Amino acid sequence: MIGLSHYLILAALLFSIGLVGVIRRKNLLMLFFATEIMLNAANVAFAAISSYYHDLSGQMFAFFIIAVAASEVAVGLGLLILLYKKYGTLDLDNFTMLKG
Amino acid sequence: MESLVYTALFAPLIGSLFAALFGMKPKTLWTGVVTSLLLFVSFVASVLLLQHVMAVGPVHATLMDWIVAGDMRIPFGFNVDQVTAVMMVVVTLVSTVVHVYSNGYMEHDKGFNRFFSYLSAFVFSMLVLVMSDNFLGLFIGWEGVGVCSWLLIGFWYHKEDVTRDINPSISPSWAANEAFIMNRIADLGMLVGIFLIYWNVGSLQYDTVFAAVPQMSHTLLVAIGIFLFIGAMGKSAQFPLHTWLADAMEGPTPVSALIHAATMVTAGVYLVIRAYPLYSTIPEVGYFIALLGTFVAIFAASMALVNRDLKRIIAYSTLSQLGYMFAAAGLGAYWVALFHLAAHAFFKALLFLGAGNVMHAMNDELDIFKMGGLKKVMRWTYLYMGVASLALCGIWPLAGFYSKDTILEVAFNEHTYGIWFVLWLTAGLTAFYSFRLVFLTFWSDERYKKYGFHPHEVQKYVLWAMAPLGILAVIFGWWKEEFMEFVTGLLPAYEVSEHTHHMVPILIAVTSAIAIGGIVVAYVLYHKRLRRNPKIEASLPYRILSNQYYIPILYEKAISKPYAELSDIAWKEIDMQVVDATVDGIAKLVEESGDESRKMQTGNLSDYLKWMAAGAIILAVLAVVAVVKS
Repeated sequence: MIGLSHYLILAALLFSIGLVGVIRRKNLLMLFFATEIMLNAANVAFAAISSYYHDLSGQMFAFFIIAVAASEVAVGLGLLILLYKKYGTLDLDNFTMLKG
Repeated sequence: MESLVYTALFAPLIGSLFAALFGMKPKTLWTGVVTSLLLFVSFVASVLLLQHVMAVGPVHATLMDWIVAGDMRIPFGFNVDQVTAVMMVVVTLVSTVVHVYSNGYMEHDKGFNRFFSYLSAFVFSMLVLVMSDNFLGLFIGWEGVGVCSWLLIGFWYHKEDVTRDINPSISPSWAANEAFIMNRIADLGMLVGIFLIYWNVGSLQYDTVFAAVPQMSHTLLVAIGIFLFIGAMGKSAQFPLHTWLADAMEGPTPVSALIHAATMVTAGVYLVIRAYPLYSTIPEVGYFIALLGTFVAIFAASMALVNRDLKRIIAYSTLSQLGYMFAAAGLGAYWVALFHLAAHAFFKALLFLGAGNVMHAMNDELDIFKMGGLKKVMRWTYLYMGVASLALCGIWPLAGFYSKDTILEVAFNEHTYGIWFVLWLTAGLTAFYSFRLVFLTFWSDERYKKYGFHPHEVQKYVLWAMAPLGILAVIFGWWKEEFMEFVTGLLPAYEVSEHTHHMVPILIAVTSAIAIGGIVVAYVLYHKRLRRNPKIEASLPYRILSNQYYIPILYEKAISKPYAELSDIAWKEIDMQVVDATVDGIAKLVEESGDESRKMQTGNLSDYLKWMAAGAIILAVLAVVAVVKS
């Protein structure tokens, strides 16, 4: 039987994968993917808990997150294209203009 | 009437601010004229107030609330009663004369405008001091005159320090600092006195405080009396805080006349007179004041005997006369002290202004051994200084005769024959050194020719300006009865006993005899030529006197030097090593940690994300721990 804890463990695993991706990857596009994975990990957790408590507000929240993530990707990818056009690369190690 | 009070008080302030506007500019004649005119306005207002007080009674005016905090309420209040009215007229009259005089005296000085600004500011502070109706206002004026005195003694601050052998005052700025610091020491005593009053009475208004005197314990009254008197000792340069007054002669001579002879130094006497309800309940403190005053009278006179410096001789005589005033006030004859204060203000200011004329004529030479025979070229100055000296010696019928004789009568009447004898002896010394000065300056052989001086009389209007003081030095004493009647409207009347009353003619004769004796000795010794006896000048008593009993040197060796060394230790060991080091350490810590943590700012987003993740994890762990614990 698949219970709440399974879902939560899945969400935690997904989140960890996303987090490691955010920390380790150097390509900005990959960073975006990693963030998406983290967001979706949260969505899974929301949906599971919502269903467990029979409370729809969790699922509503998940929808919000999906909407926000979609718009974020739209804006973010636009910026990435501009960045790529300007510098010809998306490697983070090349963007250190704010070095203190 | 309130408008008169404010006119008298604020006219000098306006003059001061006006002159200050042009303070850094080269000489502009009208600053001198305007400030003198405003002073005259103040003088007229003071005279009108005096008449009003005479006819109707005291005037009280409250300008505004100054400090209101909790139960404490201190207004800017001014009270013009008999004592204040007398003080105001004396102060504004002498100030007006000195202002006009300074127009001539400071004619070629670069700091002409600045000088007038300071001088008028001084008059304003002095008026605040005498007019305030509470101790705090008095203290503000007290400090104000202190600051102005400092500014004016050090007026020629650019002069270099020299050793004591060349100039006993070292330099104007040194003398100014000495005066200021001495006064600061004494002011601490005065502040403690004021605190004691406030703690025990809960008010600083004169009338409230003096009404509460009968309810206070005797010890407390003694403590307050002593602490207030310490303040008075500083301002009036009583032993052991007396050294600054002679050194204060480094200032321009009009300043010496106004501040260090006629007005500011009498503030201490004024304080004792003002606080008479307090001092008359503690006769033992009064007796101490009288003793100290008597001691200072003869102590200062003895130093004047051998001094060669024109202004320092007069400064010592001021000190000596202040001693007389304190002797009178200490013995309970407050009105006599006030009478001598006023008379002294007139003839001593005149004497100083005359000395200023002589200095002017002699290119700022002060050594009376280098003068002589000046009466031929400076007839009017000679006349003024002669009259002032006669008044100072107490020769009938000049002002000093009436005031000084009354003090001696008081001393006799109180059966304090020791005080009487010393004061009597001092009268003889006073006569001797005053006329030693007069004869050596104006009579005897014309020694100045040898030194190549070309003395000349000062401007006409300067001589005219001195006339009011000259006249008052002669006639002021004639108003003794009226004066007594007027001020005893406030101050306690002092009645001499039947026995003393019979003795008065003998006392007068004895006192006049010693005064005339002093003059005669001076005449015999010095009227023809300067007599110097190297044997006497090399003798120990002479050297002690001419070195001011070695007190300045003692102060320097025993107090200033160790204090400077202590300060040096406090600076290098405590301040630099502990305080500064702590502050610097904190700054260094912040700077170094900032320098280290700056390395976090790699500019690489990846690194920032790592830091963020680490932070988030720490927060999550903390949250979990908190949940588990609760």
